[in-house]
Amino acid sequence: MTLQSSALPEAGPDAQSAAPAALATTRPYVWSVRRELWEYRSIYVAPAVAAGLVLFGSLIAAISLPHDPRLMSAIDRAGMGGQLVKPFGFSAMVVIVTSFIVSVFYCLGALYNERRDRSLLFWKSLPVSDLIAVLAKISVPMVVMPLVTFVIILVMQVILLFGGAEALMMRGLSPSVLFGHLPAGQMVLVLAYGLVVMALWNAPIYGWLLLVSAWAKRAPFLWAVLTPLALVVVEHIALRTHYLAAIIGDRLTGGFTHAFEAWSQGPNAPGVPQIDLLGFLSTPDLWIGLAVAAAFLAAAVWMRRYREPT
Amino acid sequence: MACIEAHGLTKVYGQTIALNGIDLKVEEGRILGLIGPNGAGKSTALNAILGLIPYQGELKVLGRDPWTQRDQLMRDVCFIADVAVLPRWMKVSQALDYVAGVHPRFDRAKAEAFLAKTNIKRKSKIRELSKGMVTQLHLALVMAIDAKLLVLDEPTLGLDIIYRKSFYDTLLNDYFDHSRTIIVTTHQVEEIEHVLTDVMFINRGCIVLNSSMEDFETRYAEVMVTPERVAEARALVPIHERQVFGRSILLLDGVDRERLAALGEVRTPGIADLFVAVMGGQPAAPQGVAA
Repeated sequence: MTLQSSALPEAGPDAQSAAPAALATTRPYVWSVRRELWEYRSIYVAPAVAAGLVLFGSLIAAISLPHDPRLMSAIDRAGMGGQLVKPFGFSAMVVIVTSFIVSVFYCLGALYNERRDRSLLFWKSLPVSDLIAVLAKISVPMVVMPLVTFVIILVMQVILLFGGAEALMMRGLSPSVLFGHLPAGQMVLVLAYGLVVMALWNAPIYGWLLLVSAWAKRAPFLWAVLTPLALVVVEHIALRTHYLAAIIGDRLTGGFTHAFEAWSQGPNAPGVPQIDLLGFLSTPDLWIGLAVAAAFLAAAVWMRRYREPT
Repeated sequence: MACIEAHGLTKVYGQTIALNGIDLKVEEGRILGLIGPNGAGKSTALNAILGLIPYQGELKVLGRDPWTQRDQLMRDVCFIADVAVLPRWMKVSQALDYVAGVHPRFDRAKAEAFLAKTNIKRKSKIRELSKGMVTQLHLALVMAIDAKLLVLDEPTLGLDIIYRKSFYDTLLNDYFDHSRTIIVTTHQVEEIEHVLTDVMFINRGCIVLNSSMEDFETRYAEVMVTPERVAEARALVPIHERQVFGRSILLLDGVDRERLAALGEVRTPGIADLFVAVMGGQPAAPQGVAA
């Protein structure tokens, strides 16, 4: 799925003139993704609003902060402890969590809303196969959302950086501590890596939500949440085990544990987390998750293709 | 090659037989009117042809099995399932962009030209358009697609007469070119009568009548007779009889017109007249149940 991420945004005129065979599938795919962005503007509006709120909060803080004696000690410790990174990491997490919530609700609606408003029959009157339609939809949380989140966070952090420098200079302090000690390159790399990790790790969640979206006659949110919950309860009562709960819990929170070395010290450890690409790629759960996601998606395609219109 | 060919096409929903072993052949370049009461099986037949539902029996559309080869089929087939299905959140300009993007046979200039004759604004969202405008937009999109088969299921439902009239005029004048095939279902039989080349009555999942309009005109005749001559006319075994202004109008199948002319005034019946004659004697499916 991520292989397409490199093909998607650049698959413009160049790629189209290259191969007519590829064009037959690329064009409907690209337009289908574009269509999703038209319908669900929250894909980029919500993370942008979250970033705006972070910036607004930081502005208030920057105005009030200089009267706080902790500032100097914070700056003193900045070089050694990597405390400087913390507000950047926190602000990024705010946007990432927002994007995740938007992705969840996007997936729940993506195949449900088109059935409810009966526009499905319009989409089906055009030469876009159900496979391409579902691939376009899963590309939103897997490809579009990480790209959008990356760009928004980057812009937000650049503004934070220069705003912070400005605030320091206005108080007669040198901004060099910010520019000098902030591991900017590494931060960008970790951000990009973290977003890719999240997309891959969450793939079965998105796949499950899309499947429920394709299947539920009503209330897809309840079906998506209550079905696994019911299975956990049944497992607890029948077998006194909690494997499913552990699997779901790991899926919801465990991605970064496998992807970063220092994550075991907790997300609040100072400094930039160390990328552990090999460790992540050698996690069997990653590949099992992707296989499960592919199965959910295949089922969703099947539902969209073969379900009779009501 | 026939555009549509079906043998023993059957569709059962639980206890209900929606299509009861239909045999059907629609040649290329025809405009077929599929006419029947609610729940007769019209939409079921169209859904089968469009690959939206599985079925029993044999069915080939443009040489393909619509259920298993739907993706390939949809490059050559276009349909309007119901006026309400255009996505309401979409802007008119987005609808044009999208169809132009995904459909290799979409002629955008043609769609734009058609829209230029309407009051539809590019920037409007579809939810802001009136029902007639939504239909006009859908029609503009569909008619700019160079499809081999166009299926229209109740395309004018809920529209007023002016829209309905212009709909069919446009369909005939701007779209139809004798290499395309069009299937249309409607309740307003009179309005499509002059458009059709073929007519098919369907009731309770069976084809009750299947005729080209030329055959229809030679085969069926209505004669208006005075009460004194009714007995003589009835001897010719009319399929339907009704009273108008103290005279009887008898609908006859396959009776020589010169013979009828001796009895009274002869004319070709409308499709609606024949529909009433053929369907009147049969119990219709329960009203209000869409098939």
